[in-house]
Amino acid sequence: MEFGPHLMLAALEGAVTAAILALTAMGLSIVFGVMRVVNVAHGEFYMLGAVIAWFVATTLGGHPAMGFVAALIFAPLIVGALAGAADRLILQRLNYDPDRTIVATIGLLYIIQQSTLMTFGPDARPVEAPFNQRLALPWWEWGESGLEMFWPWGLSITSYKLFVIAAAAVILIALWLFMTRTKAGLIMRATQQDSEMAQAFGVPVGNVYSWVFGLGAGLAAMGAVLVVPIQQAHYLMGHDPLLLSFIVVIIGGLGSLPGTVIAAILIGMSDGIISVFFSPTLAKIIATLLVAMVLVFRPQGLLGRSES
Amino acid sequence: MTIDRRPIVLHGVFLVLLAAAFFVLPTYHAGNLSRVMTLAIYAMGFNFLFGYTGLLSLGHALFFAAGMYGLGMSMTGWGLTPLPALVVGVICAAVMGLLIGFLALRTKGVAFMIVTLMFAQAGYLTIFYFGEFTRGDEGFVIQQAERQLFGIDLTSEMGRYFAAFILFTGTFIGLSRLVQSRFGRTLIAVRENEERTQMLGYDTQRHKLSAMVVSAAVSGLAGATYALLFGYVGATFATTQYSILPLLWVLLGGAGTMIGPFIGALFMFYLIDFASGITEAYMLIAGVVLVLLTLYAPQGFAGELRKRMIPWLP
Repeated sequence: MEFGPHLMLAALEGAVTAAILALTAMGLSIVFGVMRVVNVAHGEFYMLGAVIAWFVATTLGGHPAMGFVAALIFAPLIVGALAGAADRLILQRLNYDPDRTIVATIGLLYIIQQSTLMTFGPDARPVEAPFNQRLALPWWEWGESGLEMFWPWGLSITSYKLFVIAAAAVILIALWLFMTRTKAGLIMRATQQDSEMAQAFGVPVGNVYSWVFGLGAGLAAMGAVLVVPIQQAHYLMGHDPLLLSFIVVIIGGLGSLPGTVIAAILIGMSDGIISVFFSPTLAKIIATLLVAMVLVFRPQGLLGRSES
Repeated sequence: MTIDRRPIVLHGVFLVLLAAAFFVLPTYHAGNLSRVMTLAIYAMGFNFLFGYTGLLSLGHALFFAAGMYGLGMSMTGWGLTPLPALVVGVICAAVMGLLIGFLALRTKGVAFMIVTLMFAQAGYLTIFYFGEFTRGDEGFVIQQAERQLFGIDLTSEMGRYFAAFILFTGTFIGLSRLVQSRFGRTLIAVRENEERTQMLGYDTQRHKLSAMVVSAAVSGLAGATYALLFGYVGATFATTQYSILPLLWVLLGGAGTMIGPFIGALFMFYLIDFASGITEAYMLIAGVVLVLLTLYAPQGFAGELRKRMIPWLP
């Protein structure tokens, strides 16, 4: 394949990564934005979403589409409920003290991950995609008779991957409408701005926190359900999304939601493109160091405004 | 001001008991104890930063691994003998601490934790990137014939135990004197209230950087000792798990106490040893202990002891 089509393929794969990453990172960002909690167990909620999706799909049997739709509904709900309970039982009792919550979520990370290892086992298990046609893509080039269209060999994408990109966009728009147009969203934003003032105006801040923590985990689970037909469910799969989500949330500005989406697209696309052309390990090293430097020298994020 | 002799007596008795333990315990447990003492050096290094200075780093595996690879690669690559190699390991870790501290200490709180975590992750990946020299995940073995110090065979049970004991004791006494010095007390002041310490005219930034270097050097000493005594260097020791473990030991034993890190490392070592006999998901225990500790005993074992019974516990 030539450079042009190769780049386009990398960009398409990058867009799929970006779509999943936007959902996962959004969950982390909302939790940090509203609760000021750094949830180290976020990647495990993602993993749990994928594992539950596998479980739902295999229990139901029948057509893959049915299992997939059921998983898309149930996995986020179950994971969200679990996260809400964890917030009640653990984080709330710590009064969200920053140091102690981080330590507690590290503990939660190991509890979820290792319990999955005990029940689900160490194997990676696939979930069948609801539909999976291969779509060949055209490419244009200047030939002897002007612009020519041709079909390079290997330049193709599956219909399911296109669906993932569209589904992620729909979910994010729905989330945005929820945050800006509904009363629940208003309450969440009020809590984010000033939790004490919100409490004084009768907002049940404790409940809001549990819901937000559940929503954040549910978003990660949704991303995982979407990804699991492409990438198999495995008990260690939460590690990379956690790190990437951290990177996205930091670059986008801690707690800034539009920044998170833009950063997810940026990171997802460049991750796809860089790992096609360069050594993935070197790409990861450079990305990690760059992000650390951003936190050191521009703690408000590349796109965030500095707090005055 | 009279000097309280009780801590000195307590520490003396503790160290004598530890030395005597080798002759009393069965070989298996003596072997375990030499491992625990080495890990306790790591825990003490972590505790110096976390317990006494109030800085929570989630990237200490970087310093442990720096010491480990510093010793391992200078021994196998340059053919150094153990003692200079140990020094190389400590220097590697200290330089790393200076570098990371210089950058990471510009941030505070949560950002500091994430930055240190990210640097450690970059370090871990770097080991893989230079897999040609470091042998990546597989790691490399330091030959038994090279692990001799002053004519003592460090591969024998006794040599290993007392090498670990001497380094542990040295670190233990060194750090407890450092904590009681002017420098150490300034660090505690930084932990309690940084702004006030700054207003009293102390350069808190420089103090924190020094604490970071000391902590990294001690962690590096632990890594180098581990490689020397057990003869294996591998990338597993640079993973996030090895950054979390010292936190777990220190929290369990009691942050900001001298004896806490050893108690935590000892207890966790046997707990994980016991759990891994039952299930391969043995880190579950670590998770449960972490959550229970933060919920019910944030002071840890020695911290609760100090709060309830022995207020003079150092």
